[in-house]
Amino acid sequence: MRKTLAYAALIFLSALFVAPFLWTLITAVKSQADLVAYPPVLWPADWHWENFTDAWGKLSFNIFLKNSVIVVVLSTIGQLFSSSLVAFGFARFRFPGRDAIFVLLLATMMIPWDVKMIPLYMEFNYLGWINTLKPLIVPAWFSEAFFVFLLRQYIMTIPTEIDEAARMDGANAWQIYWKIHLPLMAPALVLVGTFQFINAWNDYLGPLIYLNDQTTYTLPLGLALFKGLHEVDVVSIAAVTIILCLPPLALFFYAQRYIMDSALGSSVKG
Amino acid sequence: MVHASGGASLADLRIESLHKSFGPVDVLKGIDLAIRDGEFVSFLGPSGCGKSTLLRSIAGLETLTGGAIHLGGRDITDLPSARRDIAMVFQNYALYPHMNVRKNMSFGLSLNGMKTAEIDRRVAEAADILRITDLLARKPKQLSGGQRQRVAIGRAIVRKPQLFLLDEPLSNLDAGLRVTMRAELAALHERLGVTMIYVTHDQVEAMTLSHRVVVLDKGRVSQFGSPLELFHRPANLFVAGFIGSPKMNFLPARITGQGEGAITLRADGTASDLTIATPARPDPARPVTLGIRPDRLEIVGEGEGQLTGTVQLMERLGTESHAHIALADGTVLVAITDGTHPARAHDRVGLRIPAADAHVFDADGLALPRALDPATERLLTQ
Repeated sequence: MRKTLAYAALIFLSALFVAPFLWTLITAVKSQADLVAYPPVLWPADWHWENFTDAWGKLSFNIFLKNSVIVVVLSTIGQLFSSSLVAFGFARFRFPGRDAIFVLLLATMMIPWDVKMIPLYMEFNYLGWINTLKPLIVPAWFSEAFFVFLLRQYIMTIPTEIDEAARMDGANAWQIYWKIHLPLMAPALVLVGTFQFINAWNDYLGPLIYLNDQTTYTLPLGLALFKGLHEVDVVSIAAVTIILCLPPLALFFYAQRYIMDSALGSSVKG
Repeated sequence: MVHASGGASLADLRIESLHKSFGPVDVLKGIDLAIRDGEFVSFLGPSGCGKSTLLRSIAGLETLTGGAIHLGGRDITDLPSARRDIAMVFQNYALYPHMNVRKNMSFGLSLNGMKTAEIDRRVAEAADILRITDLLARKPKQLSGGQRQRVAIGRAIVRKPQLFLLDEPLSNLDAGLRVTMRAELAALHERLGVTMIYVTHDQVEAMTLSHRVVVLDKGRVSQFGSPLELFHRPANLFVAGFIGSPKMNFLPARITGQGEGAITLRADGTASDLTIATPARPDPARPVTLGIRPDRLEIVGEGEGQLTGTVQLMERLGTESHAHIALADGTVLVAITDGTHPARAHDRVGLRIPAADAHVFDADGLALPRALDPATERLLTQ
């Protein structure tokens, strides 16, 4: 009986979370008549799968996709490299003021992006980077406090004797990072990579501020173009939204095991 | 016998007044040691005595506060670990989890730019010696504790170092495997003929494996000698109490007379004097300590020996029994007797201390020189 109740509660909660996604999917395949019908059509008689290709063709989504892929790939590589390197430094090197600097780094997590928005704009404007993809890529190469924290905690679970064995084998600090720690960090890196990928893929505000020309737009900005001053193309928005959901979903399903491992790692490892 | 160093230079290790402090805590307080080429030496001592720090200092994993280290005539004090020509086997093996056994063993060689053919030859040779050839493709997590231990040793062997350092390498293995690996380590040393330093807190390992043992106490060398020397001629109270299991019995005593080559003393609670042969002339005004090993303390009938006590506990081990006997003042002495000795708990018994087997320590805890029977003396000088 208790099990039945638990399942009922879980099914209810699942439905609650899945409902918006299902509604978007159903909207994406509706005809214009079904979209505006009252009472609303919950299950359309005809599924218009061509809505997806039509919506994609209405604007330059191939260019937006290319821009998004460039931003996501380069910023994710940058984030993985820089955060892991900084984390390795904090986890394995002893230097005066290390802990104070680390606390300072963590403190930057408390500064909301909205506060940094204007100074960052001024800085990138000074560098002549406005209307280019650089402001969306380059900061990721200077690491992110949360990811540094996450990776540092992960590195600290690796016995220092492994570093010492590598030192005795003749490895220098860079080789210990590159040949030993980077492969060992793989589960945590998948987690960081997934977060960074999803953040960059879904980022709307950053591109909105830094990009003016449609040839530099990323997918979320392109999607917003369906929302005109007098008209909103709801079906196209729903169709492209569904397409945009697919890569993060696929990535999450692939990375799920690593994410669970990393999240549990620090609590169950001896 | 294959000499792992393969070269002409002898791998003597000389340590001169080595100091190591961690902040305000002095861990090593002036260590002087000279270890001969090809020797198997153990660092033995209780937890916190500094044995692992000393080993790590030799390996170059700790920065010295003072002193110098020479290996094969070369000053290696300030050299990085990799350039000291030393290999180390860690307590937890420290294998690289993401590399297979072959890569674990060859990692150091490839880092140093060795040719692939030579790397393959060395890995195959070491794997053959350690009987791990069929494990070369496996990852460390697919190996048992004993196999991991072999791989860790293999990783050290392939480098053909002048000096092997082993930091409690058997402590993570179960008792049975430990005995097997102990014998294998001894055979390996015999085969390679390379200088080995072995850190352990297990005196059986130290005594069975080593040519000589360094007993460390609170960051100082308490005694450096052969296992039998430590057992039969402990230099001080610490070594006397640390070496041997069950540990040596101690009784406070005072000197009652001094003759030619002998002293007479009376231990607290004893009914008669004991004359001990020794050339030393300790200050009769200062107290001494009488030590007697449990296997030399004889259980006799009540009133027959120098001491009388009550059996508290009789531990029956089969081939022998350990009798814990409480004296009137509460001191508990342990005597090893035969496995079928009839004494039982609460029995009143007498204890005899054979003068020839007694150890005497002066008021500073230093042992007075003692004569040994010819057979033991011969063993010690071999």
